[in-house]
Amino acid sequence: MSRPLLDVSGLTMRFGGLLAVNGVALQVHDRQVVSMIGPNGAGKTTVFNCLTGFYRPTEGKILLDGESIEGLPGHQITRKGVVRTFQNVRLFKDMTAIENLLVAQHRHLNTGFLAGLFKTPAFRKSEREAMQYAAHWLEQVDLVDCANRPAGTLAYGQQRRLEIARCMMTRPRILMLDEPAAGLNPRETEDLKALIALLRDQHGVTVLLIEHDMKLVMSISDHIVVINQGCPLADGTPEEIRANPDVIKAYLGEA
Amino acid sequence: MTHRIRPAFFSALLVIALSVPVFGLKLTTEGIALIVEGATASTYWIIAACAVGMFFWTLFHERLAAGWAASPNLPRILAGAGSFLTLPSTQRWIICTLIVVALVWPFFGSRGAVDIATLILIYVMLGLGLNIVVGLAGLLDLGYVGFYAVGAYTYALLSEYFGFGFWSALPIAGAMAALFGFLLGFPVLRLRGDYLAIVTLGFGEIIRILLRNMTDITGGPNGISGIEKPTLFGLSFDRRAEEGMQTFHQFFGLEYESIHKVIFLYLIAVLLVLLTLFVINRLLRMPIGRAWEALREDEIACRALGMNPTIIKLSAFTLGATFAGFAGSFFAARQGLVSPESFTFIESAIILAIVVLGGMGSQLGVILAATVMILLPELMREFSEYRMLMFGALMVVMMIWRPQGLLPMQRPHLELKP
Repeated sequence: MSRPLLDVSGLTMRFGGLLAVNGVALQVHDRQVVSMIGPNGAGKTTVFNCLTGFYRPTEGKILLDGESIEGLPGHQITRKGVVRTFQNVRLFKDMTAIENLLVAQHRHLNTGFLAGLFKTPAFRKSEREAMQYAAHWLEQVDLVDCANRPAGTLAYGQQRRLEIARCMMTRPRILMLDEPAAGLNPRETEDLKALIALLRDQHGVTVLLIEHDMKLVMSISDHIVVINQGCPLADGTPEEIRANPDVIKAYLGEA
Repeated sequence: MTHRIRPAFFSALLVIALSVPVFGLKLTTEGIALIVEGATASTYWIIAACAVGMFFWTLFHERLAAGWAASPNLPRILAGAGSFLTLPSTQRWIICTLIVVALVWPFFGSRGAVDIATLILIYVMLGLGLNIVVGLAGLLDLGYVGFYAVGAYTYALLSEYFGFGFWSALPIAGAMAALFGFLLGFPVLRLRGDYLAIVTLGFGEIIRILLRNMTDITGGPNGISGIEKPTLFGLSFDRRAEEGMQTFHQFFGLEYESIHKVIFLYLIAVLLVLLTLFVINRLLRMPIGRAWEALREDEIACRALGMNPTIIKLSAFTLGATFAGFAGSFFAARQGLVSPESFTFIESAIILAIVVLGGMGSQLGVILAATVMILLPELMREFSEYRMLMFGALMVVMMIWRPQGLLPMQRPHLELKP
């Protein structure tokens, strides 16, 4: 098989005496949907935080397309194409939906001081393009009607979708979703599943997912990694995971 | 009702206790008796009336407030007017009207009034500059006066040692203040909230003390005097021009009048304020303005979206400092004298009060608040001993009735047009 897009090996994160993540390995290939599952407190979000530069991992290698990215600050990792959402929605609540999407394009805009001051044609063009791109993605996540409403006033499911659209503004290669289905009703979860499939198939985005909704995980993942108490427990296709006795034991407790 | 009696009683006691320093009363002992000095019978009556008033106010104000809320007419109209006044389009119209008025009235006003208006404009400029840092980017800066001092001293020193004129020194002063903002901001902006406030507070004091102690260069506590006034394309506003220069009144064949100079300074201040307003208005609509707001709301989300928080904060800090630098060099030109005593902490506090009073992020609010803050002490010179007391009272009243500021800003939202 070709070189994985994201190759994590021996990832360890220690907080003082607490070993939160211990030797996790992870391989994500281009255009795959990989899920990370595990009981609460297993260290899944810590792995996310290490991968996106919010924590500096104690040990381990993180290679993005062959390039080592561990220890880089978060915003630089995002610029390399790894972008994440959070467990709780972190939209800019007082800004409108469309503005949330514009802010996320900051790096792709003409931020020249004089250009903005005098509204040069280049500046107008860059703003117009940003607006169009944002509008395009609002359409993709079915939020055009809410474009001019403050993000904080949207329904929870809409906020979740807006957050994904906002991530897409940074033109990511890997989208990391931290429990995107938490708090969604079954219909919204179906929509989310369709959205993830769309992202992968039409926009060529690789998705790394933390999720507790097993129905969603099993139906959408190409590959699943199970983590228990910071250690890797199992690794395989959904069928293999479903049949793995260790996984069942970790989830349901020893009989 | 009964549960209000105790606090009411203590409030009344507090009024009595506070009246001692406020009225400048003196408690002295005579033998074993404690007597009050410096009070007349009327003072006692005033204190007693205040204490009784406070007692009943604390006792009944909940009921009064309930009654107020129940009466439907007045407050609702106020609320409607309030939200109308905070709309960006309304504020734009008001600002346009203000500009026209500001440009016309000095030709009819008295010399003293124009002079005070110039002072107000300096504070408007400072308020607008600090507004970028505090109101838009959400960074609490208590040492803003430091950048003001840098600007003022840059012009003063350039004029003293190198003979620079105002106009050529103005951009240099802005750039110097920006440089200081950048240098201070770089290590400091990793800090959050209170810590940032403390460090910037220290910075303001360091600048002042440095200026006072570098006696060889800055003249120490005496400061630098005889700073050149601005000229209009080389025409000076003095009675007699220097060798090879012309004066304004000679050139236009007018009688010499000292008010020309005052009006000229005033118009420069208006020009600088307009420039500041223009820049801030554009900034609000630029990507960097949106980034500031986003950063104020959620720094972690910003980082996750690939924005570098340090750079974004630094830009706000540097830009804010630049405007302080402009204001400072204008201040030096207007006074003709700078000394470290003009840049004490209380100045920072007044500028911050202008921003908070006006409403964070609001430009019209800053203009209004600067006018109130500078004009009130001037109008009430007889009460100058009570200036700080009124200052405090104003703050308390504001925090109760309008914690969001006089005219808080509604940001210009970008709209998606179908």
